Formats: sequence, C-alpha cells, structure tokens
Amino acid sequence: MIQILVSVLMLFGAVFSLLGAVGMLRMPDLLTRLQAATMTGTLGVGFVMLAASVHFQDLGVVAKSLLVVAFLFLTAPIAAHVIARAAYFLPVPLWKHMALDDLKQAIDAQAVDAPSDATKSERGTPPGTTGTSAGQARR
Amino acid sequence: MADEILQWSLIATAVMMTIAIVIVTFCLLRGPTLPDRVVALDLIGTLTAGAIGVYAISQNEPVYILVSVMLAVVLFVGTVAFAYYVQRGLER
Repeated sequence: MIQILVSVLMLFGAVFSLLGAVGMLRMPDLLTRLQAATMTGTLGVGFVMLAASVHFQDLGVVAKSLLVVAFLFLTAPIAAHVIARAAYFLPVPLWKHMALDDLKQAIDAQAVDAPSDATKSERGTPPGTTGTSAGQARR
Repeated sequence: MADEILQWSLIATAVMMTIAIVIVTFCLLRGPTLPDRVVALDLIGTLTAGAIGVYAISQNEPVYILVSVMLAVVLFVGTVAFAYYVQRGLER
C-alpha cells in the first residue's frame, strides 16, 4: 500500500517536471519562461521529496526532505525575482503581445516626479543606479 | 504486486525526468539571451535534485537525499551570483 502511494507521488513529481520543461521550450519570452520553470520545477521536486519521505519512513530522511522542500520554496521565488529584475533592465526583448507593463509605468511616474532624470523611462538603467548614486550602488 | 508497481513507476519517473532534463538542456543551448540560459541552468539543477531523490528511492539508500540538500543550497547561490553579475555588467 505504501508502495502505491510512493508511486503516485513520484509520478506526480515527474509529470510536473516534464510540464515545466515543455513550458520552458514553448513559452515566447523570458518572463513567461521563468514562470513555467520556477513553479513547476519546485513543485516537482517537492512531490519527489514527499515520496522519498513516505518511502523511507525514517525521521532523519523526513527532516532532510522537508529541508529540501522548505529551502526550495523559500529560495526559488527570490532567485526568479532577482534574475527577472536583472533581465528587465538588461534589457531582454519582451513578448510582442504583452498588454501591461506595471514596472515601466512606475518608473515613468518616478521620472515625472523627478524631472532632472529624464532618461529614466528607458529600460536599460535601473532606478537608483543612475547619476550620482552609481558609485554608491557599486559597494 | 505493489513492488512491481513501484518498479514500473520508478522506470517511468526516471524516463520522464531524463526527457525533461534533455529538453531543458536544449533550451540552455538555444538561449537566445543570457538570462534565458541562467533560468535553464537553474531548472536543470532543480530537476537534478529531483532525479537524485528518485535514485535514492530506487537504490533504497537514504544517504543520497543529502546530495539533494546540498544541490538545492548551491543552486540558489549560483543563480543569485549570476543575477548579480548580469546587473553589474550593465552599470559599467
């Protein structure tokens, strides 16, 4: 009975991993690709680790599996956010059907508030790294 | 009976994980930009951690779970370091 539960959990994990890979292959631009990769990869590994902790039924293995799952659930969104922010200001090409760019609107509003930095609306320089704060941002 | 189901699902899981890693390796080679490759490398590492978990179940050897733990830790540091250097590169 335990074996069947382990099989089902493991197959769930494999299906999620495969869907993440297919999404990585088919999505049109970096941000959507990042969405597909991060969510499904984390959930796939989570299911596999759950299967391992059910299979071994040992306190140490359960602790290590939960450690993997907790660490991935904590760090995968942070890593995705950091790489997406770095890529947005690189800039990478965005999808041509993209309807709403909230970050661009926010940067434009900031540029209206401080008209001395008129170049801020161009993607290519992150706010806070232009002008006088460049040396400070290098740290 | 239940053991046979476990054996077959282990084979199926290993095949699916391998196909997933091959697809993501193709995405890593295809690019087209540097952050795309970073994301693909991150996903390869995550899938490898899952595949090592499957291998631990198939070998009935719980020590291999520790490899997954270490891989998950190193992966996060690697991705953030890549993002840091991507962002620092554009300040130059």
